[in-house]
Amino acid sequence: MSAQTNRLPNEQEFQRGLRSRQARGTLWSRLFFAANFFGLFMLIILVLHILNQSFGLVIIRNNVEPATLSETPLEDLNREQLARILVSNLGNASRAILRDSLSIVPVEQFTTVPLDEALGDAVLPPGARSQTIGQVDNEILISILAANFSQDDLYAFVVDRIVQPRVERSWRLLDSIFSRSEIEAVAATEEFANDRLEFRAWLNLDFITSSASSSATTTGLRTALLGSFWIIGITILVAFPLGVAAAIYLEEYATDNWVNRLIEINLRNLAAVPSIIYGMLGLAVFVRILVYLTSGRFTGLNDTNGRTVLSAAFTLALLILPVIIVNAREAIRAVPPSIREASFGLGATRWQTVSRQVLPAAVPGILTGVILAMSRAVGETAPLIVVGASTFLGTDPNGPFSKFTVVPIQIFQWTSEAQPEFKLAAAAAIIVLLVLMLTLNATAIIIRNRFSRRLF
Amino acid sequence: MATATKTDYAIEAKSISVYYGSYRAVKDVTLNVPRNKITALIGPSGCGKTTVLKAFNRMNDFVGARVEGEILYRGQNVYGSSVDPVEVRRRIGMVFQKPNPFPKSIYDNVAYGPRLLGVKNKSMLDDIVERSLKGSALWDEVRNDLKKSGLALSGGQQQRLCIARTIAVEPDIILMDEPCSALDPISTQRIEELMRELENSYTIIIVTHNMQQASRASDYTAFFNIRKNETEVGKENRWGELVEYGDTQEMFNSPKSQETADYISGRFG
Repeated sequence: MSAQTNRLPNEQEFQRGLRSRQARGTLWSRLFFAANFFGLFMLIILVLHILNQSFGLVIIRNNVEPATLSETPLEDLNREQLARILVSNLGNASRAILRDSLSIVPVEQFTTVPLDEALGDAVLPPGARSQTIGQVDNEILISILAANFSQDDLYAFVVDRIVQPRVERSWRLLDSIFSRSEIEAVAATEEFANDRLEFRAWLNLDFITSSASSSATTTGLRTALLGSFWIIGITILVAFPLGVAAAIYLEEYATDNWVNRLIEINLRNLAAVPSIIYGMLGLAVFVRILVYLTSGRFTGLNDTNGRTVLSAAFTLALLILPVIIVNAREAIRAVPPSIREASFGLGATRWQTVSRQVLPAAVPGILTGVILAMSRAVGETAPLIVVGASTFLGTDPNGPFSKFTVVPIQIFQWTSEAQPEFKLAAAAAIIVLLVLMLTLNATAIIIRNRFSRRLF
Repeated sequence: MATATKTDYAIEAKSISVYYGSYRAVKDVTLNVPRNKITALIGPSGCGKTTVLKAFNRMNDFVGARVEGEILYRGQNVYGSSVDPVEVRRRIGMVFQKPNPFPKSIYDNVAYGPRLLGVKNKSMLDDIVERSLKGSALWDEVRNDLKKSGLALSGGQQQRLCIARTIAVEPDIILMDEPCSALDPISTQRIEELMRELENSYTIIIVTHNMQQASRASDYTAFFNIRKNETEVGKENRWGELVEYGDTQEMFNSPKSQETADYISGRFG
């Protein structure tokens, strides 16, 4: 525009000014688009990077070649043949399979009590019932193994404990595609003469369904996944009703006095407290003070401590409670006052108005808050480390009083392992975590949309 | 008016003042509302007519209003300590300025009030819904769409749905707070006709900005005006007062006060 004047622009000045005004608008809109593009670009890089690590070529070396164990391929053998291979190759170590997978007594008692006590309701030949594990001969051991495990289990034992495939070298997906010939040249060298080069998807069904192990090739995410499910389930069960109840009280019933103002100020601040502080709180209160409750001792369990699924879930529930309350309050406040007035005007009590009008209209908004809170809880790591997530857990959590680990902690541990292949397993676990979060969110959004359709 | 006996009044307001906090919005209003008649409250914006209306069924409670004086309904002060406001609102229903159907079906809108009172019987609810919708002259338009959302109706239909919803609990008195201000002239006319029909069974008190509406559709009119304390400036020094109250035709033909004459002839407000 022209220099400062005290009149409106003439036609020519207006046209010139208009162009520059529009040009400035265009520039800003491009900047706004660039901001979005930057976010999208980073997301794509992240996904590509993870995918790049989760698939790729590997050189695998077997400790014992399967061909030396049996002339037919291992997966075609029946249970008795597999059990025989286990016993003849592992010797006494094959008894450890029973100890690890079937025993119901503590490890130190396993060798001293008779088998029908040590193995509980396992199928046992009559003669072996009163013998200890050390007294049974190999033939009986084979029959016990063959009778109590499926073909798949026995095959997995043979691979894990005898064949012991190990990843000697690994490459990422992009290298595997674009530098295939160099990789093949490496695989053909003397060093890897007896080994095979194969394409490996680190993210596969076995990875999701196996428990953690000390080898990157056979390790899996099952224990951590189950831990995440248990903890999220209990967290939502605790935090959802508590949070919504608190929001209803604050929005509909609380009068403006200093107690309620204090609660409000605290709530706002709680939402901003670093999560590790909640971990400290959980450790002090749930793990230590409430140990009788959280360890499950009141139900008769006695070999547990307070570092359980329940303590973790309570801690996360506290962590997401402010998020749920703040969002539920927003949702309740967004219900048009005219609906409340109409209800009161017809002679409804406050509770009738809240339960029949306000809450149904607020459900979509409340659920949005729960979705946000749930996503946060799924990815939370720091407070759970403080509360006492197990660093290595071989047994699945089977209830609120189990020891636990969760997916993000498992990822964290794998990334800090010395063996580079664990980092590839971690990348695969990240994909599982992302898919898990997306699934949880999608489910919640579907529920939310169903509610809003029913109402309007 | 002068000949009416005490039992003919649906509501007797005895020198009521309404306060919001320390601010007195309405001062010293005395008003006897006759039974089975339409009484209009008119006056310029800010004169407190809606405040008085909402005091009658205690809808002011939610915004923290305090009422001094007595509002007698069936000989009992509605602000008495033993009176439950829920009962007051069930007997003195209200239709609001903007149509505000619930985000539910037409049927559920009308059945809401009876259900609040514990009516569960399906055929009884069906009867009430049909009777109320007929009572609000909406039945013929919606009889085949009772499952449709109340929000899908036109503005005028929505307001008649709100009237149906109000009469479904059979109140004694219906308060209407500018019920036609958001409606087109044809819908307005239908509501006015409807008010004439409802007059036989209900006492109606209506707040309106529209002088023609008051003169057409009401039997009695109360004119409120703003008083100012001229020595000071600001909202705190303004309040509403009842200027004149009487038969509608009389007031519009020969107003007693000059203020009323100025207002109804359109000289201010």
